[in-house]
Amino acid sequence: MIDRDTVLHVATLSRLELRDDEIEPMARELSAVLGHLETIGELDLDGVEPTAHVLVERSALRADEPRPSLPREQALDQAPDASDDGFRVPSPQA
Amino acid sequence: MTDPTSLSVVEAASALRRGDLSQDELFGAYRERAAADDTNSFTWLADDLQAGLGDRDAAPGTDRPLAGVPLAVKDLFCVTGVPTASASNLLRGYLPPYTATAIARLQDAGATVLGKTNQDEFAMGSSNENSAFGPVLNPWDRTKVPGGSSGGSAAAVAAGLAPAAIGTDTGGSVRQPAALCGVVGLKPTYGSVSRYGMIAFASSLDQAGPITRNVEDAAALFRAMTGPADPNDMTSIGWTGNSPEIDLPTAERLDGVRIGVPTELLGEGIEPGVRASFDAALATAESLGATIVEVALPHARHALSAYYLLAPAEASSNLARFDGVRYGNRADIGQGGLVELYTKTRHDGFGPEVKRRIMLGTYALSSGFYDAYYRRAQQVRTKIVEDFAAVHQEVDLIATPTSPTVAWGLGERTDDPIAMYQADVTTLPQSLAGVPAISIPCGLSDGLPVGLQLSGAAFSEQAILDAAHALELAFAFDGSPARGADSGSVRDGSATASGVAELGAPDPTGKDAA
Amino acid sequence: MTEYEPVIGLEIHVQLATKTKMFCGCELVFGDPPNTHTCQVCLGMPGTLPVVNAEAIRLGLMIGAAFGGKLAERLVFHRKSYFYPDLPKGYQISQFDEPLVDGGRLGDVGLERVHVEEDAAKLTHAGASGRIGGSTSSVVDYNRGGTPLAEIVTLPEIRSAEQASSWLRLLRETLRQLGVSDVNMEEGSLRCDANISIRPVGDTGLGTKTELKNMNSFRFIEQGINAEVARQISLVRAGERVQQETLHFDPRTGSITSLRSKEGSHDYRYFPEPDMPPVAVPKELLESALASVPELPLERAERFRTELGLHEESARLLAFRRALGDYFEATLAAAGDDADKQQVANWIGNDLVRRLEALRRDDDASDDESSTDPAASKVTPQALAELVALVGAKTINRKAGEQVLDVLVAEGGSPAAIVEDKGLAAVGGADELRPVVQAALDANPDVVEKLRTGNMKPIGAIVGAVMKETKGRADGGEVTRLTREILGL
Ligand SMILES: [Mg+2]
Ligand SMILES: [Zn+2]
Repeated sequence: MIDRDTVLHVATLSRLELRDDEIEPMARELSAVLGHLETIGELDLDGVEPTAHVLVERSALRADEPRPSLPREQALDQAPDASDDGFRVPSPQA
Repeated sequence: MTDPTSLSVVEAASALRRGDLSQDELFGAYRERAAADDTNSFTWLADDLQAGLGDRDAAPGTDRPLAGVPLAVKDLFCVTGVPTASASNLLRGYLPPYTATAIARLQDAGATVLGKTNQDEFAMGSSNENSAFGPVLNPWDRTKVPGGSSGGSAAAVAAGLAPAAIGTDTGGSVRQPAALCGVVGLKPTYGSVSRYGMIAFASSLDQAGPITRNVEDAAALFRAMTGPADPNDMTSIGWTGNSPEIDLPTAERLDGVRIGVPTELLGEGIEPGVRASFDAALATAESLGATIVEVALPHARHALSAYYLLAPAEASSNLARFDGVRYGNRADIGQGGLVELYTKTRHDGFGPEVKRRIMLGTYALSSGFYDAYYRRAQQVRTKIVEDFAAVHQEVDLIATPTSPTVAWGLGERTDDPIAMYQADVTTLPQSLAGVPAISIPCGLSDGLPVGLQLSGAAFSEQAILDAAHALELAFAFDGSPARGADSGSVRDGSATASGVAELGAPDPTGKDAA
Repeated sequence: MTEYEPVIGLEIHVQLATKTKMFCGCELVFGDPPNTHTCQVCLGMPGTLPVVNAEAIRLGLMIGAAFGGKLAERLVFHRKSYFYPDLPKGYQISQFDEPLVDGGRLGDVGLERVHVEEDAAKLTHAGASGRIGGSTSSVVDYNRGGTPLAEIVTLPEIRSAEQASSWLRLLRETLRQLGVSDVNMEEGSLRCDANISIRPVGDTGLGTKTELKNMNSFRFIEQGINAEVARQISLVRAGERVQQETLHFDPRTGSITSLRSKEGSHDYRYFPEPDMPPVAVPKELLESALASVPELPLERAERFRTELGLHEESARLLAFRRALGDYFEATLAAAGDDADKQQVANWIGNDLVRRLEALRRDDDASDDESSTDPAASKVTPQALAELVALVGAKTINRKAGEQVLDVLVAEGGSPAAIVEDKGLAAVGGADELRPVVQAALDANPDVVEKLRTGNMKPIGAIVGAVMKETKGRADGGEVTRLTREILGL
């Protein structure tokens, strides 16, 4: 049901590297799980509103009042690769 | 003087208030037990009381009813400066700059963080075997799983390593490990406890809850965790029950309480021993004055499908932030570019179950499949919400076994995701409906605890706690076999201990995370 | 040969003028050092949650109200997923099937929607020193990340690059006057993408469109659209097909390049933001938004034209620059009901503006428009009203009026006093002027000869002589009248 190409496509969307020996097992497991979940395909759900959230509408907006930001050292403190003033990443143009 | 670790939360808090016990004494006693833990329940332990309190004051006072009570906190709760990894290699060593609201409220009430507890990675699992810190062993039988994902929290309470723990429940992650470890676990109404600072698994389902030795303690901790809505969490609506605040339960009878039993959740897959305990529990409830009626939750059998589409979909998005840029561990990418930064970091950092769910969730949301999977699952959720609303027109509470089985053997289901997912079949419907539910131990099967789940309408926690309290008294469940590491239930201690070492279990007392 | 016409729709991202970010309390300050305005929320740290800034919603509703769009009753956000270092959560919180504003119109272009979302962070190349192990690196600054944006999407109703840029000017001025954004293209608080397709003239369908990204000036927008339209026409004429893709226009070379990501196809996987239940738009917020919408440029121009009788051009000039319009109305108020409104408009729109702009050039200051705001100059509306009245009453002539304005711009003060001080009063009354005209006629018999034959052309010589004698304070019209009177013409 979920073939190798689909697995590779979804892995690309997910930004997950899959080694060659990980692709087939992933395809098999996903197919098995999806096959099991497919029972919801049998239900007649025409006209049923989807529920994204069980909470009812409420107002919980924030007033536009500044709150202290983190000191820069603390913002950068957990970064795997930080420069003096920012988070370093490989250049997108590289 | 009695062993301070024999006291419940409420008992210890009053002993501390009276001055019969000092805060350092209590903390020290648990610190010592937790440091000697052989269940792999902890990923980090506080050195002293103040380390777990942050900059707060633990002097007893009317506004600090939990002053001096040490708590075991699931690894996915952010606590300022305390290693918080959600049991993932990707986050191992991460030190958050802030504290989760639920934990901060407990600290405000005087409680201190004794340590962080092991769990399934990013709360994805039902056996606590998907942890970068290695599996947790069930204190009742160290060859068995403790349940998951709050497995370390439940095991720590069952083993007497902490008076109580805080876990999180997305599809059963507080209730199921509580059941498998013979302790009490409360999953509150969605929205009653702030999610701010909980590393998210599935945002529309996640909810923090206490794991305790008894129902009274669950009420005391829940009361401190909830309260007014949290301005940092738009899904937090705070406590909106009938009473201004949760009362500690005192009920001894169930007169006038109507309990529904949904036939759909009692079909195949329920172990005979579990079924026997459950039936006995219903008989007890009846003897206390409750009326038992059959009710219908016609869509409950589809809850598993809906849940395993919705939760992975949300998770695939919630876990997109783990990219090795701002925090966490970046893979060695050599000369690699941006793409390698992402794909290798996420390949190396996430465990197999997390990857499986990210893939499943991404697929369910992807172009061309959204309507057939994600949207359809949301429609099923609507039907399940309606089912519960209809049933609560008739009955106050719904009773089911918490788990279809007792604790199973370590490694028994790790190669079969579907068998693993089935473990949540009785807890998922309540999660999707957002309603509160408790699991309390109601007996043993093959020497292992069986849990009874009681759920109710949204914000009916008081009624649930009251009923659970009356049943708890009547069950008189003896949790003590779980206590001593020297209990006869340790069948294969040496083998599992070495197994844990192989899997890279941390030394929670050491500076492993640094 | 088939003729083609362009079909253009614009997508404009506008940074909203809030004090804090869209979903956290970090302060928005342009130009501060990198990563000094970030927190756990806008860095996407684990466990953090978004909380919507009410002011961003209010400003978004003001935009919708100004355009006459349908305002949403509830806020529903979605996640738009893609991986890029400027996006800390791996998704942007945006709106999808329930935008804040549905429909609307501004001038000659209809709107599809306006929705609110969060801005991405800024990625800068680290330069030579940033080379690690031979590969170049970039540095992310999350200060801008999470800035509230309104995304304004037009219908594909624009038919030329020129129309696109002039409409965009109108949009910018409208947003500026609404006060919802700084609308500064250089600083990126207004950014424009264009969706462009072509079709044979006469067709009504839509061709395959391309998306031209992020053109940061009106000139580049015109150049970019023209270049892309030309590219599409030559493709189609060569028998090829336009590919749907995202393009970048390089203003230096005039070339268009594809931005197609090498990281694979886009699939944004929109789904409802699970960290936010739907939120009812608070009634007070909606009322406040509606009450805050001022008279906007198009309406004001129309009023200036129909109620005050200004020429089209003056009306637009004064209405499209709010500061000028406000100053104009203040001057009218000071001038009283009898004032010649078109004259007041001329003095402000031409004479005063030209002088203030010259002043700014001398200062070599920023090109910020507030430096030509007449309200900030030394010329008070009362003074200007007085000046216009003096000229109108012929107390001074126009030329002298301009001299008075020079003094007012430089030093301020009262026109009457300046006239007095500099002796600029017109040599007015006939009694004073008649002997001077008579003398000029006496001195120029040949001119008088021609005038008597009815040839009025040489009158200039007489006017010139009188002006010379009066040091320019005479009124030319009055000199002509007196000449005719004396000669009995
Ligand atoms: Mg956008
Ligand atoms: Zn922030």
